[in-house]
Amino acid sequence: MSHDEIARRDGDHAEEPIVNPGMHEHQPRPTDIDDVAGRRAERQVATFFGLSSVMAILFCVAYFTFDIGDEPDLFLGYGASNIFLGLTLGLALLFIGIGAIQWARKLMSDVEISEARHPSRSSDEDRDIALSALNQGIADSAIGRRPLIRNSLLGALGALGLPAIVALRDLGPLPGTALEQTVWRKGMRVVNDVSGTPIKAEQMEIGQLVNAEPGIFFAVDEEGEPVVEGVELQQEKAKAAVILVKMRPEDITPYPNRENWGVEGVLCYSKICTHVGCPISLWEQQTHHLLCPCHQSTFDLADNGKVIFGPAARALPQLPLMVDDEGYLVAQSDFPEPVGPSYWERG
Amino acid sequence: MSHATTNGAKAATAKRANPLGGLLTWADDRTGLAAVSKKQIRKVFPDHWSFMLGEIALWSFVVLLLTGTFLTLWFKPSMAEVVYDGSYDQLRGLHMSEAYASTLDISFDIRGGLLMRQMHHWSAMLFIAAMFVHMMRVFFTGAFRKPRELNYLIGLLLLLLGVIEGFAGYSLPDDLLSGTGLRIADGLVKATPVLGTYMSFFMFGGEFPGDVIIPRLYIVHVLLIPGILLALIGLHMLLLVYQKHTQWPGPGRTNNNVVGYPMLPVYAAKAGGFFFIVFGVTALMGGLLSINPVWRYGPYNPAEVTAGSQPDWYMGFAEGLLRIMPGWETHIFGFTISWNVMLPGQIIPVMFLAAMLAYPFIEAWITGDKREHHLLQRPRNAPTRTAFLVSLMTAYGMLWMAGGNDLLAVIFNLNLNYITYFMRVMVFVAPVVAFIVTRRWCISLQRQDEARLLHGYETGVIMRSPEGAYAEKHLPISGDEAYTLTARDRDPLLPAPTAADENGVAARHVRLHRLRARLSRAWFAHNVQKPTTTELEEARHHAEHELAVRDDGHQHVSGDYTGDYELDGHAADGHQFDGRHGVSGEELRQH
Repeated sequence: MSHDEIARRDGDHAEEPIVNPGMHEHQPRPTDIDDVAGRRAERQVATFFGLSSVMAILFCVAYFTFDIGDEPDLFLGYGASNIFLGLTLGLALLFIGIGAIQWARKLMSDVEISEARHPSRSSDEDRDIALSALNQGIADSAIGRRPLIRNSLLGALGALGLPAIVALRDLGPLPGTALEQTVWRKGMRVVNDVSGTPIKAEQMEIGQLVNAEPGIFFAVDEEGEPVVEGVELQQEKAKAAVILVKMRPEDITPYPNRENWGVEGVLCYSKICTHVGCPISLWEQQTHHLLCPCHQSTFDLADNGKVIFGPAARALPQLPLMVDDEGYLVAQSDFPEPVGPSYWERG
Repeated sequence: MSHATTNGAKAATAKRANPLGGLLTWADDRTGLAAVSKKQIRKVFPDHWSFMLGEIALWSFVVLLLTGTFLTLWFKPSMAEVVYDGSYDQLRGLHMSEAYASTLDISFDIRGGLLMRQMHHWSAMLFIAAMFVHMMRVFFTGAFRKPRELNYLIGLLLLLLGVIEGFAGYSLPDDLLSGTGLRIADGLVKATPVLGTYMSFFMFGGEFPGDVIIPRLYIVHVLLIPGILLALIGLHMLLLVYQKHTQWPGPGRTNNNVVGYPMLPVYAAKAGGFFFIVFGVTALMGGLLSINPVWRYGPYNPAEVTAGSQPDWYMGFAEGLLRIMPGWETHIFGFTISWNVMLPGQIIPVMFLAAMLAYPFIEAWITGDKREHHLLQRPRNAPTRTAFLVSLMTAYGMLWMAGGNDLLAVIFNLNLNYITYFMRVMVFVAPVVAFIVTRRWCISLQRQDEARLLHGYETGVIMRSPEGAYAEKHLPISGDEAYTLTARDRDPLLPAPTAADENGVAARHVRLHRLRARLSRAWFAHNVQKPTTTELEEARHHAEHELAVRDDGHQHVSGDYTGDYELDGHAADGHQFDGRHGVSGEELRQH
């Protein structure tokens, strides 16, 4: 169908079955004809504006009256300062708004005005003038006749993109192998994540879960300064956090190469979800399932950390355990695979 | 104005009469403002409650700028580790980032700081919610049609930027919840094929969490995105003023005019007053409704998380997508493709946006309509379009619920896994059901409109014939209503082109036209069109016959009654209670 046909079709339908009755005659409001009503509306509006001023002053009073901080004045169990500042500010603003709208509704002219619309497009004449001006400008620049200038300029502008990208290179280091390693090393103690105390397998009860971290997070150098601190600590925590769980040894079904990764039924898994990296911590004692609170991926810790539900695709990485001379749980090595969410180069 | 040339008493009087004159002259001498503003000062805007939704978004943005500026006076966008020694007892002595510590200071040691923080968060929610609802209004009423497609696209861009801006702001306090949000964002970024880890390392300045993401998000949150938002809002408003607002059809309201009240004084007072109302309501919410109590979550620790972690509501649908996605991952040639993260985190949200961006152009192509549209359509009169958005909304709602599957499980004591399985199915089924139901519903409403036009409205007056048959009397609707109901276009049905009408070269076009014709039928064929003049004539003739009063004052029995009896006594004409005339002597029953 051509545009003409469509235009004709639309023309056919332009005919309206019912004639436009036109705008209604303006009906005066009580305030338009009754002086008393008008004065009443005026008083109402002024009252709202006046109340707003009162609220503004009360805001200042509340600001200086109520304490905040350690022991705030309480009102209905909440900080009185916040409540009264919010109330007075809110009402001060609301009253201005209500007053203004009442003013518009009752006292400002409510005669409807009809304004003609014009097509959004410019007139053909304007278009022609603009187009010829544009063509004239392009012709005067000779950009069409001198392609060498045009092409070299385009090349130069394109090349400017390189500095723009290269200059951002130092936003961060290249990933390298950083994601493949954690601070876990052979012989590093698995310690409680709050107290930093080392843990023995026999101290744990069947079904117990302990949030743990590598011992180095609590180590101090000869001057008493922590070995790992600040940003580095946060970054390492984001990868090295683990959980210890103790299950009945007969419940555990390890892969053949993982048979000696546990100590007396105690297994150690990465705490970082393989989905998008939330720390996992919801433990179902009876089923040995571990649930991620962010997106509910569920892992079976008795069965090598396999995914049994949810959006995660990979099993939780397991940290091989052994005991040191004093009988405390330590790592046999770093994690055998990268922890946390998947990424392209992970393989 | 020539008052500057005299210093006589008369000129002085004139000055007093218009004290603004001097200032305006001074300004116009330098800027030529009068020429620009002469038409704008009394510019007409149409009135309807639904036109206020976008205004809520606009004024919320202003509230965000004001409260946000207040917060920047104290907030320290730094991840440097400090020991907290402020007023909040439970966290005193803890190591935390300066960002979190200064957020606590704003909440506990700056008077009015907590109020401003809560107002800022509430108005962010209002801002995004209002944009969503405004977009729905524009979509349902067809306000996106020519010439407003550009403004529709700008609006969607504003919505997208608003959501990103909200997420950036949510991350700034560096509490446990916002850190978890950032970590999920890191996981999403890492799932990008080839570039994922590089993008993550460049974002975080190394490994997550690093110590640069908060200052970087800060500048994005307070300068970059607000700057773009402000520019786009300006453009949105400029186009609105240039194209003039759409209006609902009605007596005197056509496609060629705009009927309403002038900007000054009516809309200056109404819109200006409404700013104070939005601001005031936000202040009341900030004062009375607690939001994002970051002091309860504690500082960010990558080894901790709280159960029931939830993002802000506008992120809920992305959260739901992540939650219900099965754990698909491909390992190929030593590389990993994480479909389980990439699809819900990157691809599907973009597809939602793309569908919304593309819709006006698809519809315009199917109708082949090149006219300007300034009259709004009732959602029922565009059944396929209405059903399309309702089905998208349903998918969004399903995903939103899936984003709270843990809360649903706890509140309703349901099995979390079953909820997730259920949602995996419903996210596909529910939108289809919603589409079909909405479309048929719209068409039924169109039929009802048609019945009102042709047969009038139900008076509630029941007539009984002497044989005992009952019929309800219908009366014609008012002329205003009839005009308003018919003030809409008929839907075009493009005929399929004949293959032989062009010379071979146009074969591809023929196929394209055939597709268009098919889509046109699918889109519009079931719609009820407004009656033609002839149909209305016939209906009126029929009604007049029914209502005719016989010479003896008796009236024909309405309905299908064809018997010999006439009504006894004086029949009700049905106007007794609709205010068209008094009711004295019009008792329904005379004996």
